[in-house]
Amino acid sequence: MTMILSVVAVAALGLALGWLLGLASQWLGATTDPVVERIAEALPGSQCGQCGFAGCAQAAAAVAAGDAPVTLCPPGGRAVAEKLAQILGATFDPGNLPDRGPLLARVRTDACIGCSRCIKSCPTDAILGATKQLHVVLEEACIGCGACAEVCPTGGIDLEGIPVTLRNWRWHKPGVGHA
Amino acid sequence: MTSWTPNRSPVAAPHVHGRSNIPQVMRTVLLALLPATATGVFLFGWPALATVLLAIAGCVAAEAAALAIGKRPLRHTLADGSAVVTGLILALCLPPWAPWWLPLLGGAFAIVVGKQVFGGLGQNVLNPAMLARVALLVSFPLEMTAWVAPQPLFSPTAPGLLDGLAITFGGGAVPDAMSAATALAPLKHGGDFAAGEALLALALGTVPGSLGETSALALLAGGALLVARRIVPWQIPAALLGTLALLAALFNQIDPAHYPPPLLHLLGGSAVMCAFFIATDPVGAPVTPLGRAIFGAGIGALIYVIRTWGGYPEGVAFAVLLMNAATPLIDRLVRPRRYGRLRTGNPIPLAPKEDGR
Amino acid sequence: MKIFRFRGGIHPEGNKDPTACHPIARLPLPQRLYIPLQQHIGEPAAPEVEVGDHVLKGQRLARHQGSVSAPVHAPTSGRVIAIGDHMAPHPSGLPVQTITLEPDGEERWIETEPAVDPFALTRAEVSARVRDAGIVGLGGAAFPAAVKLDAGNRHPIDTLILNGGECEPYLTCDDRLMREGAGYVVEGVRLIANGLGAKRTVIAIEDNKPEALEAMRAAAAAHPGIHVLRVPSRYPMGSEKQLVTTVTGREIPAGKLSAEIGVSVHNVGTALAVCRAVRFGKPLVSRVVTVGGGAIRNPRNVVVPIGTPAGDLIDFCGGFTEPPTRVLMGGPMMGQVLPGLEAPVVKGTSGIIALTAAEAHAASERACLHCGRCVDVCPVGLVPLELAARVRAGRIDDAAELGMGDCLSCGCCAYVCPAHLPLAHLFNYAKGEIAARREAQRKAEETRKLAEARRLRLAAEAAAKAARRPARPAETVETES
Repeated sequence: MTMILSVVAVAALGLALGWLLGLASQWLGATTDPVVERIAEALPGSQCGQCGFAGCAQAAAAVAAGDAPVTLCPPGGRAVAEKLAQILGATFDPGNLPDRGPLLARVRTDACIGCSRCIKSCPTDAILGATKQLHVVLEEACIGCGACAEVCPTGGIDLEGIPVTLRNWRWHKPGVGHA
Repeated sequence: MTSWTPNRSPVAAPHVHGRSNIPQVMRTVLLALLPATATGVFLFGWPALATVLLAIAGCVAAEAAALAIGKRPLRHTLADGSAVVTGLILALCLPPWAPWWLPLLGGAFAIVVGKQVFGGLGQNVLNPAMLARVALLVSFPLEMTAWVAPQPLFSPTAPGLLDGLAITFGGGAVPDAMSAATALAPLKHGGDFAAGEALLALALGTVPGSLGETSALALLAGGALLVARRIVPWQIPAALLGTLALLAALFNQIDPAHYPPPLLHLLGGSAVMCAFFIATDPVGAPVTPLGRAIFGAGIGALIYVIRTWGGYPEGVAFAVLLMNAATPLIDRLVRPRRYGRLRTGNPIPLAPKEDGR
Repeated sequence: MKIFRFRGGIHPEGNKDPTACHPIARLPLPQRLYIPLQQHIGEPAAPEVEVGDHVLKGQRLARHQGSVSAPVHAPTSGRVIAIGDHMAPHPSGLPVQTITLEPDGEERWIETEPAVDPFALTRAEVSARVRDAGIVGLGGAAFPAAVKLDAGNRHPIDTLILNGGECEPYLTCDDRLMREGAGYVVEGVRLIANGLGAKRTVIAIEDNKPEALEAMRAAAAAHPGIHVLRVPSRYPMGSEKQLVTTVTGREIPAGKLSAEIGVSVHNVGTALAVCRAVRFGKPLVSRVVTVGGGAIRNPRNVVVPIGTPAGDLIDFCGGFTEPPTRVLMGGPMMGQVLPGLEAPVVKGTSGIIALTAAEAHAASERACLHCGRCVDVCPVGLVPLELAARVRAGRIDDAAELGMGDCLSCGCCAYVCPAHLPLAHLFNYAKGEIAARREAQRKAEETRKLAEARRLRLAAEAAAKAARRPARPAETVETES
């Protein structure tokens, strides 16, 4: 008899407290930032279209909904992928994304015909050049999205990793294990 | 020009090192535990030695198995000596005449559940030896409280080598004539507190109890070595023993009949062992001096509370585990002040200039 | 005079005796000198000479660019045979723009303009001479000294501290300099004090240099405004923040300069160079380098022309007794590995140290014990074990919040760690990562603005086009009718 009573009592207590917790999560639930906004802020925002979506806002919505992976942004590279993973609270496996680092476009002077198709395609207006004259990429403005390289009729634009110089050389991450 | 080939990926500074390393630290701890172990084995005879060896064997075997399963380098990890230290500390907390499976099981539990499951050395939250002791206590209360009066080696009543092995592996219960209660038993079951000469016996270790409960003097000697070599921070034992003594003195003043004097608390039970060897396990303790003092004081207080009002006569293991759980919080709240900043973390404000510049 | 204690610090084995007992030797002119255009913090110098030019000793080879920069001078007379890439004295082994000089062996100086009364010069004149002489911090930081002097104009300086600490093991160049050139050093520090308008001067020397203390006390005895202070030898006593705290009891607020609390710190070698520049009009063309370590046959201090390849120095000191496990530029705590023996000695090179395996005490890495020794020794008050765990896990932003940016990279934590964790390396990596992310963020914001501007531009063009279109059909109708 006592056993039945205790079982009933504890079960009732558990149900009651669980119901209270449910109410609390509804009324006292913490307001969170819309995840989409935070993701959009982490993306470069240059609407280059390399991810396959029309713009960074659409890409953010897709990532938040889980329709796109965190590694979707080539110009953003590893840093952006890590940030997105952090926002979503997901684990990020850097092994998937080769860390080539940021890229810069470079016009090959022997191949440029001055057609200006690249200028029209650049999302940050990073290419300078008058029609029929040699074009040049402004490195400070170039985000390495590759849109110009795709439209160049002579294939005269190369995407290269930023060369390592004394100015931007960094210490590598020490590996774990026996030194 | 002198020829010399540089490395391909640069090696980073600093390029010199102080001479400390982990195996050396572990060896010093083992050395510090030697007096107490030797005293204990002498006082309790061959079965005690068997308990020590079995606990260490259990730990080392469990670690080897865990490493093999996890495909991690065996020799390198085993060589750091931490499994041996855990085994010895566990053995010192067990009844000296324990049946063979008790230290073996305890050692395996300590290493597997207390350490490897968390990720190996340095990753565990709780002290592995204490975790194992508590698990054994809760699972096998009879065997874990079968205390025996000291039977010094080579004395007439002490079991010889073969008899000792029979006690350990035979599975027989401790003969009634030899069983005894520890010095802390009166706290729970009523009786007179040890005083005067009996306290001296406590200090020397010629009383019933686990190996680590007994010779406070031997333990103090080892503890002093560890503090002098800066392997153990002095704040933890000082705060622990100080708080324990303070609380004991306080309540003893209020009601001497029911609350034993500080010396009994300090010398009886494994308070000294805990202060220098268990609470000071670096993995579960805070990293700042103030944090360590809080940690030590907390353990001391909890030991007193559990001994006096809790369900068990000895509170060391539970106290340590509870404060281990509090360590991350202590570390988060107690931080050193950074150079050039206030305690809040903001930069020190510049004094306003007189000429308004 | 009262001294104060700074937090943490260690007592590494000094190993200074082998080099401290010999007087400074003079290196015979090398066959080639490789003078990098960047030997200082800030913008590199711009070359003023061309290949084939013949230059005199002390002639300016490259001028400073911008406000934080320094000129570079010819260490000896000779011919410029190349201006281009050469191995930089940097652990990466990357090249740096370098002027290669072939000495003609004559050591002919340009005409110098000694000052008649150096102490009558104005602060601006002193600063100009220091800048034109290409003087940078010779303690290793290589910060342009003139910029530091100019900071004295913006902030009143009450204490000038001369850093005679030299806390790194093995290095003794400052020690010998103080013993052999105390008079010039004191004059240099008096000139700096004049240039800053400092009210008092403290020459701080570690207690492991009793002869230097004596020499400097004797040289400074005649000048009541200068106090020679004996400070405990504890690494990193020579670090600016720690030295300021030891001497004045004050802390430099995070993110601020020492000048903002009225203190300026200069190295002993820098003071000597200032004396040479202001009094004798001679630019910085040489410096004293400690060649030491167990792998060097005849360790000693040597005065070398800037641009000497490291290999020449080592050969002069008898070469290697055994293959060294590491050859370093600077001291063993914060110095970095030499990329090759062709790398030149530059203005900030305080030592070339070749360590044997026995001296390095390297051991294999194990798991962090949480023992807290790193916390005890950190001079900044960080919790290195916590930072290391965050950085290892890739949580760089969390590490930054915990104070990663405050790290001095002094290496005390790595020195004491029983697990031999590469703590200083992890923190250098993390600081580089934080800088890279900040740079990436800055670029992302800039490009975001560019993209936005482009969007607006295209929208404006489209709107203008749309505004023109409706007008045309009406016009055609009218003209037709």
